[in-house]
Amino acid sequence: MRAIASLALEEFQESLRNRWALSAIILLATLAFSLALLGSAPMGETKASALNITTVSLSSLSIYLIPLIALMLSFDTIVGERERGTLLLLLTYPVARWQVVTGKFVGHLVILAITIFLGYGSTGLYLLFSTTGSSGDWSLYVSMMCSSLMLGAVFVAIGYLLSVRVNDRATAAGLAIGVWLFMVVIYDLLLLGLLLSANGQNLTPELLEALVLLNPTDAYRLFNLSGADAAALLATSSTVAQSTAMTTPTALLGVLALWIVAPLAIAILLFQRREL
Amino acid sequence: MAAVVNALELNNISKTYGNNCVVSELNLAVAAGESLAIIGHNGAGKTTLMKLILGLTQPSSGSIRLWNNTLNAQRTAASYKPIGFLPETVAFNGGMTARHVLNFYARLKRQPPSQCDELLELVGLTAAAGRRISTYSKGMRQRLGLAQALLGQPQLLLLDEPTTGMDPFLRRHFYRIIRERQNEGTTILLASHALTEIEAQTDRVVIMKQGCALIHGSLNELRTAAQLPTLITVTLMAGQTDTLLHAVAPAIRHRRVNGEQIEFSCTEANKLTLLRCITQRRDCIKDVQMTAPRLDDLYTHFVNGSVD
Repeated sequence: MRAIASLALEEFQESLRNRWALSAIILLATLAFSLALLGSAPMGETKASALNITTVSLSSLSIYLIPLIALMLSFDTIVGERERGTLLLLLTYPVARWQVVTGKFVGHLVILAITIFLGYGSTGLYLLFSTTGSSGDWSLYVSMMCSSLMLGAVFVAIGYLLSVRVNDRATAAGLAIGVWLFMVVIYDLLLLGLLLSANGQNLTPELLEALVLLNPTDAYRLFNLSGADAAALLATSSTVAQSTAMTTPTALLGVLALWIVAPLAIAILLFQRREL
Repeated sequence: MAAVVNALELNNISKTYGNNCVVSELNLAVAAGESLAIIGHNGAGKTTLMKLILGLTQPSSGSIRLWNNTLNAQRTAASYKPIGFLPETVAFNGGMTARHVLNFYARLKRQPPSQCDELLELVGLTAAAGRRISTYSKGMRQRLGLAQALLGQPQLLLLDEPTTGMDPFLRRHFYRIIRERQNEGTTILLASHALTEIEAQTDRVVIMKQGCALIHGSLNELRTAAQLPTLITVTLMAGQTDTLLHAVAPAIRHRRVNGEQIEFSCTEANKLTLLRCITQRRDCIKDVQMTAPRLDDLYTHFVNGSVD
């Protein structure tokens, strides 16, 4: 336990030192602020509240941004230390390999949490004190932040999986970009293409639902859209959102949790088998 | 059972990566408190051997015992505890200070932070402890590497080419620290590619080549086994070379260097005979120089099978 705490602390301090956390917080805060300020413009002051609009638009932004941030944070954690030579020394210490992975994961999770809660939370506070935000649903905003953290954790775990598997940093970076592109962009395009070409035939709602659940980013999207009744605001996502309306938030969170645990477990397993 | 406890025992250890055999059927026993040097070219299997002992890789066959406990694939955390390791190219997180890094390692070894200051003092890094490691020279990094290896009073120290990048002064200081630890009962295993460097630093030497131990023993034992010739160069007065050669027993090999110098290469057995012969004719001799076989010659002898 102490070993895990030490490793987590080290990872945390490193990201503070190299300004990674700071730049990520500034990035998220800036984007959240711009969305909060601009988001209400096309809507006027009618219908949905500024807070709900911000929640929905922030969640669609997070789908792209959070996985990218999480992968950047995690892709070189093992392979980078291997390349620099610090991993060799670390593993001669009385720490098990699963503790190394778990410790780093805890550290990265804390960094992500701070980044998300400070980055998005600052905008939330701004909306709270500005008059427009008072009418919105705060629980949605908070659950958006929490599910964003889970989405981040998913991609941290996937990043570890890559990091453990490959032999050099460049490969890990390339694969990380590939994973991001596939899971965040291409997967949905394929799904959309399938939906259009099948034109409702062959493709049962159950199958579509299963396909959506296979991808953690879609689970995240659905979780935040089905929560907010503002789903209809986003035309592009509405097809998917409506066809799987039966998907409960608990099930969606379960999918995210599974996507955290499984890659992490496989990463630990591969790392334990790995010869140095 | 003998009373002597072996700190380390390698029984028929082999390690292959694909078709490449890095260590083959190596047997080695290191008694507790002994210091042993492993000498070999780059790629002779020294580092792999260290990794096997540390459990970073698993042997393809054979077994490793540390203090009479067999190492298995699932090493328990406790079995790491008495080992200190200094890797060949020690690397640290360059952005952190030496004190921070050492504290981190101390926590992992469950040692009090006070030990860090003592060790930084010992390796002479107290003044630089607050600086980022990226500003350190190779020698300073190596010293920090030694400091982390000494955390927690290890009973076994594995040092992989520890003095690379150190100047002669630091090197001497380094070996003094190591010797002190050995006097306190620490077992030392040191890998190096230069026999000259570890002269008088270790009890025993193993020379490795392509994963095999060619020979092991103390340096004197190696000298005896190698039977390398001692070179005696005699400078004579002009025209006196033949006078001396006539007097010397023909069994001693010689070579004329130039008109007034002769180089004899003689064994331990006929060295004294030759010297007596030379001193009897001292009136025609200007100078005598004797060169005992150097450690590098010993090493080359065992690795190549001859001295070049």
